[in-house]
Amino acid sequence: MNAVLIAIVVIPLVSTIVTWWTPLQASRVVTVASGIAVFVLSLTLVPSATSHTFLAAGPALRADALSVVFLVPTTFLYATTAIFSVGYLHPPSGDAGKRYTRHFYAGLNAFCWAMAVAPIVNGLALLWVAIEVTTVVSALLVAIDDTDGATEAAWKYVLLASLGLGIALLATIVMYYAGTRVFGSSYDLSYPQLLAEAHRFPKDVVRLADILAVVGFGTKMGLVPVHTWLPDAHSEAPTPISALLSGALLATSFYAILRFFQVSMRCLGPTYPRNVLLAFGLASLVLAALYLLSQRDLKRLLAYSSIEHMGILAIGMSFSAPIAIVGVLLHVIAHGTAKGTAFFGAGSVVRKFKTKDLLRIRGGVALLPWSGPILVLAVLGLSAMPPFGIFRSEFLIVSGGLSDPHDAVAAILVVLVTLAFFGLSWFTTETMLTPAPAMLTARLGRGETSRFIVVAMVLGLVALTVIGVHVPGQLSDLLHHAASELEVTR
Amino acid sequence: MAHPAPSTFTGAADVIAVLVLLTEFAMLRAPLLRSQVRLYAFQSLVITVLAIVVAATRHIDELYVLAALSFVLKVVIVPKIVLRLLSNSEVALAGSSAYGVATMTLIAIAVSIFGFFSIGALHLQSTALPSTALAISVAVVLVAFVLIILRSDVVSQAIGFFSLENGVSVASLVVASGLPLIVDVAFLFDLLVAVVVFGVLMRVHQGRSKTLSTDSLDRLKG
Repeated sequence: MNAVLIAIVVIPLVSTIVTWWTPLQASRVVTVASGIAVFVLSLTLVPSATSHTFLAAGPALRADALSVVFLVPTTFLYATTAIFSVGYLHPPSGDAGKRYTRHFYAGLNAFCWAMAVAPIVNGLALLWVAIEVTTVVSALLVAIDDTDGATEAAWKYVLLASLGLGIALLATIVMYYAGTRVFGSSYDLSYPQLLAEAHRFPKDVVRLADILAVVGFGTKMGLVPVHTWLPDAHSEAPTPISALLSGALLATSFYAILRFFQVSMRCLGPTYPRNVLLAFGLASLVLAALYLLSQRDLKRLLAYSSIEHMGILAIGMSFSAPIAIVGVLLHVIAHGTAKGTAFFGAGSVVRKFKTKDLLRIRGGVALLPWSGPILVLAVLGLSAMPPFGIFRSEFLIVSGGLSDPHDAVAAILVVLVTLAFFGLSWFTTETMLTPAPAMLTARLGRGETSRFIVVAMVLGLVALTVIGVHVPGQLSDLLHHAASELEVTR
Repeated sequence: MAHPAPSTFTGAADVIAVLVLLTEFAMLRAPLLRSQVRLYAFQSLVITVLAIVVAATRHIDELYVLAALSFVLKVVIVPKIVLRLLSNSEVALAGSSAYGVATMTLIAIAVSIFGFFSIGALHLQSTALPSTALAISVAVVLVAFVLIILRSDVVSQAIGFFSLENGVSVASLVVASGLPLIVDVAFLFDLLVAVVVFGVLMRVHQGRSKTLSTDSLDRLKG
């Protein structure tokens, strides 16, 4: 019985209930405390997940190295987003404002709860339920601003994500069907059971389940061509929610795909599951790289960068070299921290300039002495510049790809990532570094909108730099351990 | 090789699955938005019956709970809310689609044949589980997609999603009745949230454009 796992499930749930009932001041404290506590708890799982094959609490909770790899960035974003939100939300005015902040904080905690639970549940059925809950909560959070844009985005999101989850449920059902050959008509889809017997499943059925899972969960992960909700939802949601959607939710959906990948690898061998991911990954990377060159909206720019990075993850999984898989898992962590930090910066800029239009934002670095430069650094980090984490992870993925027999894919990857780099860094650096017209400077003044925003961004940047400069030994062990869990074919 | 005669359960499951598919086709050609919603309520009722049949023949008591929940939510509450929202609006007809009813039906037939035979191609022979019903439920899911794609109004999109959920329910009931109940319940919650967002959307957008057409949902692009 692992008490830490239970605490990770209970703490955010309790803070969801508490924040629904308490006044704003208390909600802030509770949310920040809960975020930090859950993050620290998930860090304590890192050494034990590498020394044991898995940790468990009852039949429903189970964490192995792969689970912890996804748990750590999610809970890190929970903590930093909670801090950021304190600075980002206006102090409420009137009853409507109070209701808004109450809904916001309860929703934030519930959303993070579902995302923290998804990687530590035992089995495909419960995993699907957790991801379903993330959709339910986050759709309401996207709609919370109640504007034309927000409702349109929320409608597209709830419709497409729910359809995707319908397909994902079909994948789960088909996988269950595959298992009935071995386990009889009533069993649960727990991982140890599935992985141990997957080689006896009928191959055609598992093929169908695998591709349905990639399409279904891929809709939530933002893989092209089922990504269309993503830029809208990311740009119209309140910025703290954008950061969570992009940094944590997409990764959680990728985790679900990896669980199906794991079973498919053991049943079908490596070729089929890798090729499926390669096709979707390439499509995502091509489209995102092209869209990045023509974006004029700061938050949509970051959203397309998310599609780009999800494409990189999918392509990385198609490489056979173990080093590429380690790179993919490190990329999940690095992308989460970098994208969270970049969205926090975007939130600070939007708050200051009252627009998301890149053509109307000028002199961000001068007017925002802290969050401006950190946003530029985070965007450079997202474009895989050293010394940041994404440089290291993409380097591992590409070097794994070059040792692959099909090294052309690695070459295409490098070209497209370079294209994306131009789009992403050109517009943001131009916006942030061009001096602001004197009138704008006079009107807006120099200075940060909130200290809390700066604290959240500094934390993100420090984490991103640490994993870029030197991956701590225990984290490195964890990544290798998780990669070896993904590679076993029989 | 002679096939063994289907069991009562398999026969019942197949009949119900065919009924669900036929309702799906009826939705596709229903010109009035209200009749679409009523057809959805009927389809959900059929699914409730399937849940009771599965519960009784397989002796899975939890499924009675699911049957009760899905009756209350999908046959009563969701259609009622959507009809109420519709009566507040002046729009009664479904959005005109790019294709006529005949073409849409032909496309749907082609798509459902594809779905049916692609499951058949898996060569599943199981005496315990009705694989025909699984194939039909995949066809239902595909026709729901046709409905969502070809009809250009938000009500058809919503009903399309709701009926897709029904199609997945059939699959889940016939081949995976041992799946934890929480899976189906979670999907029911998704329906409720979709209805909530749908209501907000109707309120915010209708005041402005007096239409339910998806053509007005074009602010966000690129």
